[in-house]
Amino acid sequence: MAERSFEKEVEQLRIGAGAEFRGEGILAVTKALLQSGVAYIGGYQGAPISHLMDVFSDADELLKELGVHFESSASEAAAAAMCAASVNYPLRGAVAWKSVVGTNVASDALSNIASGGVIGGVMVILGEDYGEGSSIMQERSHAFAMKSQIWLLDPRPNLPTIVDMVERGFELSEASHTPVMLELRVRACHLHGRFLAKDNVRPRFTVQDALENPVRDTERIVLPPANFLHEREKVEARWPAAIRFIQERQLNERFGRDGEVGIIVQGGLYNTLNRALELMGCSDSFGDAQLPIYVLNVTYPLIPEEVKAFCSGKRAVLILEEGQPEFIEHELNTILRRADLQTRIVGKEILPRAGEYTAQVVWDGVLRFLREWSPKLAVRPAPANPLEPALSKEVPQRPAGFCTGCPERPIFTALKLVQRELGEHHVSADIGCHLFSILPPFDIGNTTMGYGLGSAGASAFRRISGKRPIAVMGDGGFWHNGLSSGVGNAVFNQDDSATIVVDNGYSAATGGQDILSSAADSRSRSTKHSIERAVRGIGVRWIRTIANTYDLAAMRKSLKESLTTKEPGPKIIVARSECMLNKQRRLRPLFDAARQSGRRIVRTRFGVDAETCTGDHACIRLSGCPSLTIKPNPDPLKIDPVAHIDNSCVGCGLCGEVSHSEVLCPSFYEAKIVFNPSLWDRVSHRMRSFIVELAQRFRERREAREAY
Amino acid sequence: MERRRITIAILALGGQGGGVLTDWLVSLGEANGYFVQATSVPGVAQRTGSTVYYLEFFPEDGLNGRQPALALMPAPGDVDIVIASELMEAGRAILRGFVTPDRTRLIFSTHRVYAISEKSAPGMGVADGTKVFESALRNSKSYIAFDMDAVCARTGSAINAVMFGALAASGTLALPVQAFEVAIRACGFTVAANLAGFRAGFDSAGQETGPREATALIAPMPTTAAGRRLRDRAKALLPSPALPIALEGVRRLMDYQDANYAELYLDRLAPIVATDSAANDWALTKEVARGLAVWMSYEDAMRVAQQKIRAARINSVRHEIRAESGQIFHIAEYMHPRWQELRDALPAGLGKLLESSESLQRLAGMALGKGRKVRTSSVRWFLVLALLAAYRRKRRSTLRYLREQAQIGSWLSEVSSTAKSEYALALELARCQNVIKGYGETHERSMRKFHSLIAAQKRLRGGPDGALVLNSLRQVAIMDPDETELGRAVAAIV
Repeated sequence: MAERSFEKEVEQLRIGAGAEFRGEGILAVTKALLQSGVAYIGGYQGAPISHLMDVFSDADELLKELGVHFESSASEAAAAAMCAASVNYPLRGAVAWKSVVGTNVASDALSNIASGGVIGGVMVILGEDYGEGSSIMQERSHAFAMKSQIWLLDPRPNLPTIVDMVERGFELSEASHTPVMLELRVRACHLHGRFLAKDNVRPRFTVQDALENPVRDTERIVLPPANFLHEREKVEARWPAAIRFIQERQLNERFGRDGEVGIIVQGGLYNTLNRALELMGCSDSFGDAQLPIYVLNVTYPLIPEEVKAFCSGKRAVLILEEGQPEFIEHELNTILRRADLQTRIVGKEILPRAGEYTAQVVWDGVLRFLREWSPKLAVRPAPANPLEPALSKEVPQRPAGFCTGCPERPIFTALKLVQRELGEHHVSADIGCHLFSILPPFDIGNTTMGYGLGSAGASAFRRISGKRPIAVMGDGGFWHNGLSSGVGNAVFNQDDSATIVVDNGYSAATGGQDILSSAADSRSRSTKHSIERAVRGIGVRWIRTIANTYDLAAMRKSLKESLTTKEPGPKIIVARSECMLNKQRRLRPLFDAARQSGRRIVRTRFGVDAETCTGDHACIRLSGCPSLTIKPNPDPLKIDPVAHIDNSCVGCGLCGEVSHSEVLCPSFYEAKIVFNPSLWDRVSHRMRSFIVELAQRFRERREAREAY
Repeated sequence: MERRRITIAILALGGQGGGVLTDWLVSLGEANGYFVQATSVPGVAQRTGSTVYYLEFFPEDGLNGRQPALALMPAPGDVDIVIASELMEAGRAILRGFVTPDRTRLIFSTHRVYAISEKSAPGMGVADGTKVFESALRNSKSYIAFDMDAVCARTGSAINAVMFGALAASGTLALPVQAFEVAIRACGFTVAANLAGFRAGFDSAGQETGPREATALIAPMPTTAAGRRLRDRAKALLPSPALPIALEGVRRLMDYQDANYAELYLDRLAPIVATDSAANDWALTKEVARGLAVWMSYEDAMRVAQQKIRAARINSVRHEIRAESGQIFHIAEYMHPRWQELRDALPAGLGKLLESSESLQRLAGMALGKGRKVRTSSVRWFLVLALLAAYRRKRRSTLRYLREQAQIGSWLSEVSSTAKSEYALALELARCQNVIKGYGETHERSMRKFHSLIAAQKRLRGGPDGALVLNSLRQVAIMDPDETELGRAVAAIV
């Protein structure tokens, strides 16, 4: 089950025409898909569209009622391939993933679907993980749209526009027999707003109908000579059809009054632009700007007639286009040259080539443009960021890290200790929570090449003698493609590397979705498929499964063995323990219920004796747990802060293991707090306390006599 | 053009409930005549990183059937309210330009959630929080700051409810308290606890104004005749600025060993006082009094046992784990004695024998076994620890004692002989004691680092900037968990 439940929210997906929908952007997209009569939905989770997948999972019942097929695809490639259903049949389909990485994975299938074209509308929803908070390489999905000729929608970030673009997008896809991408930036995905709903529409034609009446058309299959035909069809038929549709249905928008200069903006950046203009004194809250704005809700293809009409008669036009290369700016210049228009296109020459277009960046850029090209518009500059050099020296970075009690932490504690013994190794990391190992305090990991590619990322390091490379892979990445491209590849090439597969029961980093090897029973999915058996099946002989990652000694021993054993072939360590975030979400209600109902229950947590702690923080350097922190030293003679465990501790036990096996520090204690004690608890406690307190009083009286 | 919106930025850390706070604000705004837009950037930042939530309220009476184009991120100079869940997050809000003197009401918690860089530094790596207050004063229209975490601990609620309460108390939204409470109820999530946190937050807002001052050390009062005698001796021996520290040292060493041991402490301070003067503000005396007391009370098995079994300690555990009074809890200690710890506790002769015989060490290792969990709250282990604590009376005969005292002696003579010619260098040398830390291997490493500093000091004598160089070496030594950088730095001074 996913980290966040949308069971309450999905009820809103049922509302009909005229009712007002209030909620998150992702939820609005879901509603729009249902309003569009979508027949099948798939995708792969990942910020910022994980919630889209979670919403669909939670809306299972409603989808069944409407006859919509939904599946959690094994990868983005699987999701993209699913769109094959729209090639021969009038089925509307939608798939979603995190971009640009998901688009990379999906690109083979995307090229095929874009080449052969579709009958039913196909929409790819891209959660564009760009800018603040992003965890991936900063690239543009725009390039994929261009090279495969898939239309790219980038709606203004407000719910009515987003919903409208989903609905129009399907029509555009069908009118031009071309798949469409809907690009949603991070903040748009999580945007709370409102729109007027319509009724949900059952698909006119369902996947069942298609199965009953199969249709085949060789011309839609990418194989000579059809592939050459497709290329021609793309430029001669589909492109003009799309241009016509976009123009006729006015998918792009015009705002503001006419003037000697104008601004062309990607739809997704419109709100930032308008706010900057408003603060400069050139617009208001409803977009009544003092200069003309041309909003590209469709950023690919551009509509030459609209561009020419907007630019003609203007001295200069600013193009506000985030990311690089500046594809739109190039295209605008081409359109103007072909039309022999002398309007100057201003873009990256004054706007930053790299980085998110924040309010500050847009304000500064537009200000420069207007001061140079339209000085008569009175504009205000942005207030400068405060100069606080003393403060900026103090405010620390907060890199992401493993959660409190995370079962992956002890794996890297063990690896750090093994490396102290055997020396530093080359470590090929993967995508997932375990990638936090590259940050302090572990500082483990050399590269990451993509989801499920940890093992493959180590494949060049064929050992002749001496050290072996170590690879890390999560269970999510393992099933995504690590089994074949990592483990299979290592078996086939007689690799000698050691791979740790972190099996925490979920696709944890993306929000705790179930996967093949999840330990939980699932109503709608088949789970509990063992990683160990899969690995054995593909030909690995040396496998160790650690059933409890918190057992530092066992973890250490297996790691050491994997790096020193004489056994040839890849070594696989499956390190299993449930994701603590999800485990707590599962257990906490049970704990509270037991506590309330009067059933005996014990809570375990750890603590540090401030008096005994010497303030060296060696324990923290082997853990980094958020609950293991520091506090001012209560000892008036000691200066450095002491270690401290706060009440968020979940009692995972790693602190104790680390004290035992490494730092040998006696400051740590484990406390077991008994709720609703049994009779035996009370009696034995009273007996114990009686003796202990007696002894304590005796001792302390004596100590007091000898004290200062 | 009239500006009709209210903009709110929330800076929180993953897991602090910033999302729920945003939900409350949405519900609050929508129930009170506003068109509300809210956004956030979760993703990996949710895993312990810092996150910004951003909301805009626009009065519905100004809509006329249209939707306003609201911003998805704070623009410079355009944020009315900034709420930060932690001190340095308030600092971050200021640095990011969210806080401006003409507009922004800044509400923040004064407690610290330390970043990994601050926590993992082997010594003092904590950022200076007073800078946030100074900047807040300069950059905000006004600010409300108090320890919201302490309020949470008191009420058992999460920090987001306290933040919401502080916002209500600030009056910036001009809505009645009841409206806020309705919003909490509407979201229906642990309502009782959240309402308690909300009210506590509301009541606590405005009670603190600035950073808390560090309290000066007050000399402990003697409670026994021996204590009074030692106090009088210390008073005669030491200048008054150094007295509180020295008396704390006396108290500590009487507790650690006995009155004679505290006498030894004062004996050892005497030559240091002789080299010091009021012109130097008695800095060396104070520093040696501090470091010497800490070193003389080095942590051995007997000391640890003594600390673990005290009633006061059991009570502080109760407080720490937030067990209610009368609630049953069990404590287990993590102890891992090796042959080295056994050697330290043995009488010197036996200790040396063990040290010289590998087979004895193996035997001892087997007897001691792996690390064990010692249940202090059980009668059996309590008595074992009590016996061990009582064994401290024999401490003077142990090998560790002899070795520690010898090292203390040579450090002190080094300090006092240096002080005569190079006071500043001697002061730095005295401070080097703070490098010694930890248990087991960590302690052995720290001891090696200490000795490299002593050796370096000898070479620095008579040269230019000796004190400065030793100071920087000491910083390196503290911040360098393994000794590589220190070795490089020491080599570089030759």
